[in-house]
Amino acid sequence: MSTGTVRRTDLRYRIGLNLRAVVGRSYPRIIGANREPSWIFFEGLLPLLGIAAYVFIYQSFGARALEAAAGDPAAQAAIKANTNALVASVVLGGTMVAFWLNVLWSMASQLYWEKEIGNLQLYMMAPMNRMALLGGMAVGGMFMTSVRAVSTLVAGIVVFGVVFQVADPLMLLAVFFVALTALYGLGMMFASLYLLWGREAWNLSALMEEPIFFSSGFYFPVGGLFRVPGWGPVVAILGSFVPATFGLDALRQLTLSRTAFGGQLWIFDVKTELYILVFMAVLFLILARYSLRYLELLAKREGKLTSRHQ
Amino acid sequence: MSYAVETRDLTRVFAGKKKRRFRRPKENEEHLGPVTALDGVSIQIREGELFGMLGPNGAGKTTLIKILATLLLPTSGQAFVAGHDVAKDPFPIRQRINMVSGGETSGYGLLTARENVWMFSQFYGVPSKVSKGRIDELMHTFGLWDKRDAKVRMLSTGQRQKMNMIRGFVTDPDILFLDEPTLGLDVNAARVIREYVMNWVRTQGGKTVLLTSHYMAEADQMCDRIAIIDNGKILACDTPENLKRMIRTETTFRLEVDSIRDTTSFTAMAGVKNFSHKDDISKNRSFLTFILEDEGPVAEILSTITSQGKKVHSLQKSEPTLEDVFISMVGRGFE
Repeated sequence: MSTGTVRRTDLRYRIGLNLRAVVGRSYPRIIGANREPSWIFFEGLLPLLGIAAYVFIYQSFGARALEAAAGDPAAQAAIKANTNALVASVVLGGTMVAFWLNVLWSMASQLYWEKEIGNLQLYMMAPMNRMALLGGMAVGGMFMTSVRAVSTLVAGIVVFGVVFQVADPLMLLAVFFVALTALYGLGMMFASLYLLWGREAWNLSALMEEPIFFSSGFYFPVGGLFRVPGWGPVVAILGSFVPATFGLDALRQLTLSRTAFGGQLWIFDVKTELYILVFMAVLFLILARYSLRYLELLAKREGKLTSRHQ
Repeated sequence: MSYAVETRDLTRVFAGKKKRRFRRPKENEEHLGPVTALDGVSIQIREGELFGMLGPNGAGKTTLIKILATLLLPTSGQAFVAGHDVAKDPFPIRQRINMVSGGETSGYGLLTARENVWMFSQFYGVPSKVSKGRIDELMHTFGLWDKRDAKVRMLSTGQRQKMNMIRGFVTDPDILFLDEPTLGLDVNAARVIREYVMNWVRTQGGKTVLLTSHYMAEADQMCDRIAIIDNGKILACDTPENLKRMIRTETTFRLEVDSIRDTTSFTAMAGVKNFSHKDDISKNRSFLTFILEDEGPVAEILSTITSQGKKVHSLQKSEPTLEDVFISMVGRGFE
């Protein structure tokens, strides 16, 4: 039997191989996607319109409440504080929308796309670990979306005059990165499942846009749903399966202070939410690994997944 | 004997289409049962060999390559690449192989040609410095240097396929699978690719290529040995010369005639071993190839054609080609 050229298989080699694969796969998103300056308009500034709609609604409610509370300076101060906190919540949520859309359309749907353009079989044939492929997609997606999200956030701060008060920047960074890891872990898991479901999964992505915006509280503090009798808590609990829910709630507590909205609209305290997010991140990454392994086995057994023609 | 690729009684059956619950089946769809893409294929490809797999569309060439590239599992039988079982030990195989297909649209349009190839090299753990050096060298060799920094979406089909070929070579594979690599390319682009592949196998020592094609002349020119495959079965496997020698005792005649529809009488004629028929609708002509036991039936063939009121434009007795070998074995041409 032939042996060909001697190739390394040791652990150091494998770590190097997979790190290179992560860098390689993240490259198109980090470098390629920012090559077209049109993203500044479409993905940096256009999201401001969605945010603006909510901001104006909250500001008009605030103005009406201020009129009603005329002559009561304490009530007026509270109304002003709540309105500002709501506007800040919307700007923060609107910024995080970019990440959820990226997870849905550029993570979950990505393997299906890769199959369509013929990349998937080249990926599956390469010696890298398949998680390195998903990891590269996630790292690239996080970077690309962070650039867009920061642009939206800055524009939101400038346009709407929002003031954030960050008391614990380290905790803020920890929550942000753990929430992103959990969110992209979910996207990595979906990536395999979407490939199994094929085109039908696209409907699922569309279905998971607006309902998740609502149930995860992208445009309002989700704790408010628990105060709605009947369906409110059910929707909030269902929405909590998406890491963005706890992530946003914790980020808002850390940037607006826990006392905003009288401390009435938060789900849990920040630490508890961070632990839940860590658990979600680990769980989704493990599930992503197994679903991808299952997908590869299915692809090799049925021959239907790596090629458009089979 | 050292084999780069060996298959033993390899069979691959694809399940038929499943009945969809919420969709009315298309015409004849329910009759689509399992498809046997490979049926007991046994081949041995030696290290350092440029081996061709010749067969029409749907013959099983791509399925075989996908099994060898660890993308598909065999239904039964075994396949070994570089001595490793494709079903049990894919990692060392993946380190040693690469694959390029014709008409490939892989990569990302926003990246440049150079960046795309570099990206794929990273999935094989090739250090960036080494990879970039190889890419530059290959870009020069394939005549793509001027387009190295052009975005992939701006490349022509031929340039894109050259880039794909560079992707295949940049990882320095021991075994390269080329699935119809010159499909749809112009003469010059196809020639550059063919010459590079032949040179690579001859000069690198120990490098193996499995090439599938349905271009007879390409396989004839490039390959040390060729297997002819049809309906998932290997019909013959030998050097191009030996394959052609197999039918040298027979006589090949090619005729260009007015477009002819009814050809049933030819196959029943005594002395006609096999026959193929191609039409050129734009010229209103038919091209007929006859493999005859001897020259005896020629007169009867001509009279059959003229009795249908058709004119014979040319009649040529020729040396057998690989296509004639295929027609002789299968009883039809590639198209």
